Amino acid sequence: MSDVIGTIYTETVIYSATEAFAADVPYQTAIVALDSGGRVTGRISGERVRIDDRVSRVEVRDGVPFFRKIL
Amino acid sequence: MRPVAVIGIGKTPFGAFPDRDLRSLAVEAGEKCLKNGHIAPAQVDAFFLGNFAGPSFAGQNHLAPYVSTALGIHGVPATRVEAACASSGSAFFHAYHGVAGGFYDSVLVIGVEKMTSQPTPRVTEILAGAGDCAGEIKAGSTFASLFAMIARRHMHQFGTTREHLAAVAVKNHANGALNPDAQMRKVITMEQAMAGKPIADPLNLYDCSLISDGAAAVLLAPVERAAEFTDKPVRVLGIAQASDFVALDQKPDITTFAAVRRASARAYEMAGVGPAEIQLAELHDCFTIAEIVAIEDLGFAPRGEGGPFTLAGHTARTGSKPINTSGGLKAKGHPVGATGVAQICDLVLQMRCEAGDRQVPRHSLGLAQNLGGSGATCVVTILGTV
Repeated sequence: MSDVIGTIYTETVIYSATEAFAADVPYQTAIVALDSGGRVTGRISGERVRIDDRVSRVEVRDGVPFFRKIL
Repeated sequence: MRPVAVIGIGKTPFGAFPDRDLRSLAVEAGEKCLKNGHIAPAQVDAFFLGNFAGPSFAGQNHLAPYVSTALGIHGVPATRVEAACASSGSAFFHAYHGVAGGFYDSVLVIGVEKMTSQPTPRVTEILAGAGDCAGEIKAGSTFASLFAMIARRHMHQFGTTREHLAAVAVKNHANGALNPDAQMRKVITMEQAMAGKPIADPLNLYDCSLISDGAAAVLLAPVERAAEFTDKPVRVLGIAQASDFVALDQKPDITTFAAVRRASARAYEMAGVGPAEIQLAELHDCFTIAEIVAIEDLGFAPRGEGGPFTLAGHTARTGSKPINTSGGLKAKGHPVGATGVAQICDLVLQMRCEAGDRQVPRHSLGLAQNLGGSGATCVVTILGTV
């Protein structure tokens, strides 16, 4: 597990995307409030998350952070 | 500063017009407006064009003189203003200052967007350019998804429900059905509005405004000269523009728009009125949740109460605070660069008693709220016949 950990501030599952993301739908994005301070918009990997769920960053792909629910 | 009046209005219908280009739409609105204000092109002292993405949608830059010269307006300053979906609200704001400051005696403002020439995924991509492309957009956000995240948080904090969102769509469709210039003239039921195709949870198709072509125009002049042009001048009593972070994740609280609160506080102060006195409003319902948040930020209802306020019918045409009698962006259509000026046109129609089947009985004090992006720009205008 990475040391970048935070809490879901808000989230959505996207069904209608731009061409660049069309192959990914449906996919979930979220604003994560980081424990270290500040918020970041990222993608959710694996299980869907809800507000107040705890997540950790599992990878950064082309500058975009991907988070996964901490079970 | 001298008092300013709207002395002319002109609009194209909003819709999908495959055989019309950006300039022909803008020219149609401009010509109707000049005629309505009984002014010749040579009398126009300055021209402002509100347009979000003409260069992306149509491959044309340098749009202000491109449009003004087609109207026969030559030699005067011609300026394009871009502020995402608040482009023409901002153009109107700057035009107002030119007249109020005594620099110009007659200013034409046109808002225009030609969107339907591109397929929906490309439109979504162009619109995303109003967000933070290095952050939220790169992560896959669309504008619908940004407002979906606002809706989720609003539901979480205040108990706003899917029914509240649907009530906005049902009301605005009912109003749009009475507007001959509206893109969507179809009444919908709560059941339909609840069961639309999912776009970005919790928003479905009926929560989203339309992809539209269209243009709208207004003429501004000092109040002291308004009688030369019209017997129905409408005064600009208050106007303010405010700004905020472009990225949604930079805002400390996404259930409220700081720019809307700032702009409205200033506009209310300038007009010497408060939210309780506003008789009708055109609000920026790019998504249903945006109207609910605006109702709260403008002080029409307490924080968290925008949904119940709507569901109770207060914002209906027959309610105590009619909102979006035009049908709003939801049903009238949302050619983004045209929307701010179109809101002014729709208020002026009501204030002149020219709104036809959707005319409301109390129409002497109206407010328009034009939002850019996910709230990085807001223009609030208060108009009055008093």
